[in-house]
Amino acid sequence: METEQMKLLATAIVMAIGTIGPALGIGILASKALEAIGRNPEAAGKIQTNMILAIAFTEAIAIYALVIALIIKFV
Amino acid sequence: MFFKQITLLVWFSFVLIRFMHISLAAEPLFDIYGFTVTNSLLVSFVVTILLIIIAFSISNNISKKTSRFRAIIEEFFTFILDLAESVGGKGARDFVPLVLTFFFFILLSNWLGLLPGFGSIFLEKVVHGEHEEIPLLRGATADLNTTLALALVSVFAIQYYGVSKLKLPYFKRFFNFSSPVDFFTGILELISEFAKIISFSFRLFGNVFAGEVLLAVVMSLVPVIAPLPFFGLEVFVGFIQALVFAMLTLVFIQLATAGHGGSSDHEGHETGREVEYGN
Repeated sequence: METEQMKLLATAIVMAIGTIGPALGIGILASKALEAIGRNPEAAGKIQTNMILAIAFTEAIAIYALVIALIIKFV
Repeated sequence: MFFKQITLLVWFSFVLIRFMHISLAAEPLFDIYGFTVTNSLLVSFVVTILLIIIAFSISNNISKKTSRFRAIIEEFFTFILDLAESVGGKGARDFVPLVLTFFFFILLSNWLGLLPGFGSIFLEKVVHGEHEEIPLLRGATADLNTTLALALVSVFAIQYYGVSKLKLPYFKRFFNFSSPVDFFTGILELISEFAKIISFSFRLFGNVFAGEVLLAVVMSLVPVIAPLPFFGLEVFVGFIQALVFAMLTLVFIQLATAGHGGSSDHEGHETGREVEYGN
C-alpha cells in the first residue's frame, strides 16, 4: 500500500475508533441526566447546565481524535 | 397549497447553496502592507463591527423610564446573571462582562457562517502562476487562528483573575514542594493549563469546521430540501458551543479564584483526565 492510501485509511480509522468512546459517554450522560430530571423535575435547569458542561468535557476526547485525524491527513 | 410550500422550500435551499471547497486553513485574500487578510479575518472584523453597532444602538435606545424594550433587556440580563451565579457561585457576577463577550462573539460568528454567501461566492486569484478559486467569506470561528486567540484570551484571563484574587499563593497549586504527591499534582495542574488552550481552541474549531464540511457534503449529495434539517442542527450546535465556551471559562475562573477549597478536588480529577488525553 502506498503512503497516501495508508494515510486516508488511518484518518478514517482514527475517526471511527476515536468517536466510539465519546459516543457511549454522551449517551450514558444524557440517559442519567434524563433519569435525574424524571426523578426530580424541579432541578431540571441545574441538571441541564451541568450535563452540557460534562458533555463538553466528553466531547473534547472526540475532538482530540479529530485533531489527530487532521494532522495525519494534512501534515 | 402544499405544492406552494414545497416550491418555497426548494427556493430556500437554492439560496443556501454551498459548494464543495474544503480547506483546513483560511485562505488569504489580500495584503495590507505585509499584513495578510484572510477570508476568516474579514468576517471576524464584520462580527466585531456588528457587535459594536448592536451594543451602541441598544444602550442608546434604553430609556430612563420603564418601557417594554427596557423590560425585555432587563429580563434577559437577570436570566444571564442568575445562570452565571448558578454555575459559578457567588461572585460570578464580576466575570460576567468577559464571559458574555465571549458568548456573543462566538454566537454571532457561528451563526453568521451559516448565512447565504458563505461558501458560495468565490474570487479568482492567481497564486504562483496558478488560477485558484477562493471563497470570499468563511466563518470566523471556522479558522483555528481565531479560536486559538479566543482560547489564549480565556486562559490568560483565568490566570489573571486567579493571581489578582489569591496573590502569590495562587502559584502554590503549580509549584508545591510540601510533599511528593503535591509536587506531582502541581506538575499535572501546570500541564492542564496548557491542555486547556488546546481543548478550548480545538473544541470550537472542530465543531464549526465539521459543521461546514457536513453542510458542503450534504449539499453535494442532495442539493435541495435535504440540507435544511442540517442547517437547523448547525444553528443549535453554534449556540451550544458558544454557551460551552462561556460556561467553561466561567467555571475555570471560579475554580482559579476559589483557592484550595472543597472544589479543587473535583478540578484535579477533571483536569487530570484532560491531561491523559491531551498529551
